[in-house]
Amino acid sequence: MTNDIIILPLIVHLFLSILLMFFWNKLNFQKIVSVVGNAMALGVAIWVFTYVYSSGTQVVESGDWPAPFGIVFVGDMLAVTLVLLTAITGFAVSIFSTISVIKARLKFGYFSVFHFLLLGLNGAFLTGDIFNLYVWFEIIIISSFVLISIGGEKSQLEGAVKYFALNFFASMIFLTALGVLYGLVGTLNMADISLKIAEVKDTTLVEISAVLFLVGFGIKSAIFPLYFWLPASYHTPPSAVSAIFAGLLTKVGVYALIRIFTLIYGGDSFLTILLLTLAIMTIFSGGLGAIIQNNIKKVFMYFIICHIGFMIGGLALFTEVAMAGVIFYLIHDIIIKTNLFLISGLIYRIKGTTNMKKLGGLYEHYPKLSLLIAIPLFSLIGIPPLSGYWPKISLILASFNAQEYWFFGALIFGSLITLIVIAKLWSEVFWKNQPEINFPEKFIYFNQLRFGQKLTFIFPIAFLTFVTLYIGFGAEHIQQLSERIATELMNKELYIDAVLKR
Amino acid sequence: MEIILAVITGVLYASGIYMILRRSMVKLILGIILLGNGVNLLIFLLGRITKGEPPIIDSAEKVLEGVYADPIPQALILTAIVISFGLQSFAIILVKRTYKVLKTDDLDQLNTTDEDS
Repeated sequence: MTNDIIILPLIVHLFLSILLMFFWNKLNFQKIVSVVGNAMALGVAIWVFTYVYSSGTQVVESGDWPAPFGIVFVGDMLAVTLVLLTAITGFAVSIFSTISVIKARLKFGYFSVFHFLLLGLNGAFLTGDIFNLYVWFEIIIISSFVLISIGGEKSQLEGAVKYFALNFFASMIFLTALGVLYGLVGTLNMADISLKIAEVKDTTLVEISAVLFLVGFGIKSAIFPLYFWLPASYHTPPSAVSAIFAGLLTKVGVYALIRIFTLIYGGDSFLTILLLTLAIMTIFSGGLGAIIQNNIKKVFMYFIICHIGFMIGGLALFTEVAMAGVIFYLIHDIIIKTNLFLISGLIYRIKGTTNMKKLGGLYEHYPKLSLLIAIPLFSLIGIPPLSGYWPKISLILASFNAQEYWFFGALIFGSLITLIVIAKLWSEVFWKNQPEINFPEKFIYFNQLRFGQKLTFIFPIAFLTFVTLYIGFGAEHIQQLSERIATELMNKELYIDAVLKR
Repeated sequence: MEIILAVITGVLYASGIYMILRRSMVKLILGIILLGNGVNLLIFLLGRITKGEPPIIDSAEKVLEGVYADPIPQALILTAIVISFGLQSFAIILVKRTYKVLKTDDLDQLNTTDEDS
C-alpha cells in the first residue's frame, strides 16, 4: 500500500502537536521542535506532491472499507498542491513565530495549537468525504479560535467574539446543507454524491442545498455580503497568526467552494449568475474598503476580500481557461497574503505602529529591506513578470471569451485599485519622511535586536519572496500545473473513477 | 412524528437565529446552543425516521433486506453534538473573559476593533 503516503502530512502534524503538549513550559524546545517539524512537513509535502505528480491521483480508504462506505482520503493534484503550499507557509510562519510572538502567548501552547491548525488544513484538503470535511473545518476553527484569543488583549477578545459567532454560524449552515444533501442522495462520499445527485428529480432542493453550501463556505471565505467579520478580527492577533489566517483560512473556504461547485453542482446556470454577481460585488467592496484605510494591516485585510472575488468569479465562469486562472491565482495568493502580514509584523517591530499616518522613512533607513518588501507588493499588483500578472491573463481571457464584461471590468478595477493603494502605501510608509511622533519607550525595536534575531525576522519574508519570484519567473511550470488541475476539475469523471475504482 | 419534528426544527432554527441577532452576549450563547440542536434534529429528520427496524443482518442472511433504519445520521449527530459541546464551552469561557475585560455584555459596545489605530 504505497499510496498511504498521502496521509503522512496529517500524521506529521498530529504527532508534533501531541508531542509539544508534553513540553508545555519548555519554550525553547518547543520552538526548535516546531521549526524542525515544519521543515520535515515541508519535505513530506514535497515528496507527496512529486509522487502524485508522477503517478496520478491516489486514494486511501480508511480501515480498508471500500469507497462509498468508508471515509476516503483523495490526493488529487489540487489537494496535494494545496498541501504543499500549506507546508511552505507553515514553515515560514513557524520561523517568524519564534521571534515575533511574545513569551506570554507562547506559554499557552501556541505551537501545539498551531500544528493542530495545520493538521486541520491538510485534512480539509485531502479528504474525499463531505462529513469528514465538516470535521476538519471544525478542527480548523477550534484551533483558530484559540490562536485568535490567545493573549487576551481587549481588542483581541472583541475580535474573537465576532470571529467566533460568525464562524460557528457558518459551520451550522454547512451542517444544515450537509443534512439536506444527505437526505437527497443518502451518501457522504463526494464522488458518490456527484453520481447520485444527477438522479435526483427535485432540483429545487438540490439548489437549496447548493445555496446553503454557498452561504456556509461564503462566510468562511469572506465573499461579498458575508465578509464583515474579517475586517473586525483579522488584525487583532499577532502578525504571525494573522499571516497564517490570511494565507490559508479564507483560502480553505475557496478550496471547498471549488471542490463542491465543480464536483457536485458543476455548471448550474442559476449558480453561475449568483456566483458571478457575488464575485463582482466582492471585488468592488473589498477594493473600496482598502482605499480608505490608514492601518496597513487593515489595508491588507481588504485586499484579501478583494482578491477572493477574482477566484470566485473565475469559478463562476466554469471554463478550463478560467479554472486554470483560478488555481494559479490561488497558488499566488496563499504565498503573497501570508507574506504581506509577515511584512506588517516586521514594520510593526521596526516602528512600533502599523498606522500609515505615523509611519515613514523606511526606505531611508532600511533601503535593502525596502527593496525586498517591494517584490511582494509589486507581485500583489501584478506587474509583469511577477506572479500576480500571469493568472490575471487567464482570468481576463476567460471573462472576455465568456462575454462577461462586468466581471472583466471588475478584474481591471480590482487590479487598478490595488495599484493605487499600494502606491499610496509605498509613498506613505517608505518614501515620506518620518513624522514627529512619540514612540512608545517600553518596546524592543528592530535595531536593538541581535543579528541572529534580525535574521529570524527577515528569513521567512525572504523565503516567501523567493517562492513568489519562482512563481513569477517559473510561470510556465505553474501554468502547466494549473492547467492540469483545471482539466482534472472540469472532467469530474477522472476524480470519480479514481475514488470508486470503476 | 415527522410533522412534529419538522415544526420543532423550525422553531429551534428561528429562535436560535433570533437569539444570535440580539445584542446581549449571553443570548448569543443561548442562540448558538439552540441552533446547534436544531441542526442535529434536522439531520435526524432528513435521515428518514424508521421505527423498530434496526439495521442488523440476520445470521442466515448476507445483506440487509426490506426497510431498515439508516444508522449513519445518528453517527453524524453524535459527532456534531460532541463538536458543538466543545465549541459551546469555549464560547462560555470566551464571553466570560470578554465580560471581565470590557465590563459590558452589550455587543454594540464591541467597537474598538473598528477604530483607526
